[in-house]
Amino acid sequence: FVPGSLKKMSIFAEVPQAPPVAVFKLTADFREDTHPQKVNLGVGAYRTDDCQPWVLPVVKKVEKMIVEDNSLNHEYLPILGLPELRSAASKVALGDDSPAIKDGRVGAVQGLGGTGALRIGAEFLRRWYNGTNNKATPVYVSAPTWENHNAVFADAGFTDVRPYHYWDGAKKGLDLTGIMDDLEKAPEHSIFVLHACAHNPTGTDPTPDEWKKIAEVMKRRSLFAFFDSAYQGFASGNLDKDAWAIRYFVSQGFELFCAQSFSKNFGLYNERVGNLTVVAQDKDNLTRVLSQMEKIVRTTWSNPPSQGARIVAITLNNPELFTEWKGNVKTMADRVLLMRDQLKAKLIALGTPGTWDHITEQIGMFSFTGLNPKQVEYMIKEKHVFLMASGRINMCGLTSKNIDYVAESIHETVSKVQ
Amino acid sequence: IMSLFGEVPQATPVAVFKVTNDFKEDPNPKKVNLGVGAYRTDEGQPWVLPVVKKVEKIIVADDSLNHEYLPILGLPEFRSSASKIALGEDSPAIQENRVGAVQCLGGTGALKIGAEFLRRWYNGNNNTRTPVYVSAPTWENHNAVFVNAGFEDVRPYKYWDAEKRGLDLSGFLGDLESAPKHSIFVLHACAHNPTGTDPTHVEWMQVAEVMKRRKLFVFFDSAYQGFASGCLDKDAWAVRYFITQGFEMFCAQSFSKNFGLYNERVGNLTIVARDPDNLKRVLSQMEKIVRVTWSNPPSQGARLVAVTLNNPELFSEWKDNVKTMADRVLSMRASLRAKLEALETPGTWDHITQQIGMFSFTGLNPNQVEYLIKEKSIYLMASGRINMCGLTTKNIDYVAESIHESVVNVQ
Repeated sequence: FVPGSLKKMSIFAEVPQAPPVAVFKLTADFREDTHPQKVNLGVGAYRTDDCQPWVLPVVKKVEKMIVEDNSLNHEYLPILGLPELRSAASKVALGDDSPAIKDGRVGAVQGLGGTGALRIGAEFLRRWYNGTNNKATPVYVSAPTWENHNAVFADAGFTDVRPYHYWDGAKKGLDLTGIMDDLEKAPEHSIFVLHACAHNPTGTDPTPDEWKKIAEVMKRRSLFAFFDSAYQGFASGNLDKDAWAIRYFVSQGFELFCAQSFSKNFGLYNERVGNLTVVAQDKDNLTRVLSQMEKIVRTTWSNPPSQGARIVAITLNNPELFTEWKGNVKTMADRVLLMRDQLKAKLIALGTPGTWDHITEQIGMFSFTGLNPKQVEYMIKEKHVFLMASGRINMCGLTSKNIDYVAESIHETVSKVQ
Repeated sequence: IMSLFGEVPQATPVAVFKVTNDFKEDPNPKKVNLGVGAYRTDEGQPWVLPVVKKVEKIIVADDSLNHEYLPILGLPEFRSSASKIALGEDSPAIQENRVGAVQCLGGTGALKIGAEFLRRWYNGNNNTRTPVYVSAPTWENHNAVFVNAGFEDVRPYKYWDAEKRGLDLSGFLGDLESAPKHSIFVLHACAHNPTGTDPTHVEWMQVAEVMKRRKLFVFFDSAYQGFASGCLDKDAWAVRYFITQGFEMFCAQSFSKNFGLYNERVGNLTIVARDPDNLKRVLSQMEKIVRVTWSNPPSQGARLVAVTLNNPELFSEWKDNVKTMADRVLSMRASLRAKLEALETPGTWDHITQQIGMFSFTGLNPNQVEYLIKEKSIYLMASGRINMCGLTTKNIDYVAESIHESVVNVQ
């Protein structure tokens, strides 16, 4: 028996308990809920109409090919990753016939999902952009944005991460005036994190004309374009359509970064497949940039994991598999569109107060319902429908079996809670 | 218009990968690569462990598995079984629920997450000045990992005595005595890279005594467990001894070498705390660090290792595969030494068989190294480090003769 006063103190005694990541806490709470009609509209992962995860048929096929291929081994990948993945992934973003790729001024770093790609890009910019180790370069993220953007850039060393106007809560749409104003006022060389398509969490993207306006200001004011592309193909069902903004910026001569994730469009969430596409002015600049990227990767994860990269590379580089993949992606995108249509129709049929056009106007996985925090609390506590405090719902969580219950719950919430 | 990247300088390539690149470009049919630390068969080929091949098939056939995100800290079955490998099945610390883990991207990732945590939360808050000691010499990436995690003061501790070609124990203990209290020491759990020279048990006990008395932080790097002596428990002696001495500590484990899973990035940061409450708070902060680095870790490699470690038959098969690799290395050590002695190569060559693990610190100087590379197309690190796995029954005569020639011709 050692009295507490004599016990040695832990070296970790002053370490505080960190709050859990909100979106994972939501899923944990959902799991513990015993209500038979509970629905999880939280974390952004695709679900089938049976509310199950979906391993894409093309992925299953390629996994079998990989395990049968005795010419493959587990030797370290290059620091920058699997070459066939990097080039194929950049092509998916920029287009097969991209002039920038033909000019030899596009490179890539295989990253650990979109998060890893953002992180490596952020680390590079902090070290080498707008001076050397300039931590004070402002980094702008949309208001609202993916909950992790701010922390990734802050942890990469940036001391000034700020919001740019984006969502107009009153009109439930894009606050274009606000965006343009922030772009005009931002210090020159500021970094702007732009959602390539299917904005998370609002599902509201600029139109092509609006993108053109944004690009014009960014070019004139020397602002850095850092695209986050986590939903290409998933948003409209069409890869090229979803990549319009990135390609437009490239055509306007921007040097830019694009953090790509294959978590959603390949359903490969847990294999961490990402790609940081780098567009530079010319090959020489690109070479030097990539050499510095290697140094950053080396001290973070040394070299990236192979399995997911192989699956994606094989698929993208084989015409039949590529076509099959696009079909799988369209399956997912179409189910989401169907749920959008049905949810809106049911809310209108119920006479739910308010307008619900935004449900079908917004694109991608998420809908920013417009429910306020009290209404969200009611949904969770009284109706056992789990969604983010912001009012964001994952459309993939809706199924033909639960959509009536969800629509009725929203109706009840909006009617009872102000 | 100037590029935004106009001032970005070209970075120097990572030395060990440059050696392999140069090797690849060399047209000499007799070329030998003794550089990068990866196992090779007697045919000079990479080896996918039979147990790994088996489990890969099991995984692909299992339709109950999907690709949903792992928890931020990783696959639970992997984390617990990996920690058991390091600490022992019957570890009291594990039974006391004061051992936790973070699944990481290889050994590098485990070091990184551990370093990031210590910089934020150890020895004060965000104390970037806590000294971090790494052995002289050490794995070429240790220094940079800690520097990039924010530590400003990464220093060497004496380790290798080049003259006697062995451990500089008095230098090591001297640095432990003079280090500022609470300094962090990166210790190689076994099969020291690059010297292949480990403290004996008695020497480890002396190291532990000073570290406890002077409140130095123990950060083990364990990349070769099982691979060093062929026996998992033997290779984990130091880690387990420190735990019996009551240390709270980190151990960065890599499964790259002992599972041959280099490119799936399978690592584990094992954390030993005083009690479950402290452990819990530490893990919660680890989650925050992981979330902004890779969000959550990759599944494939972790599944392979977890399935293997948690199945008695597969676990036995794995241990055999590891022994196969360790035994081939031992055989090449014995053979190389014998040949150098038979050739009467100047110098003593005991160290070839006394050193353990994948590497041998030959004692060749930079001029001799350059001679081997340029004249004989034998690729090794500038430090004189060779990867024993690069030796085969087919090339060992050529390598022995080449070493003989370089020692005789070059001073």
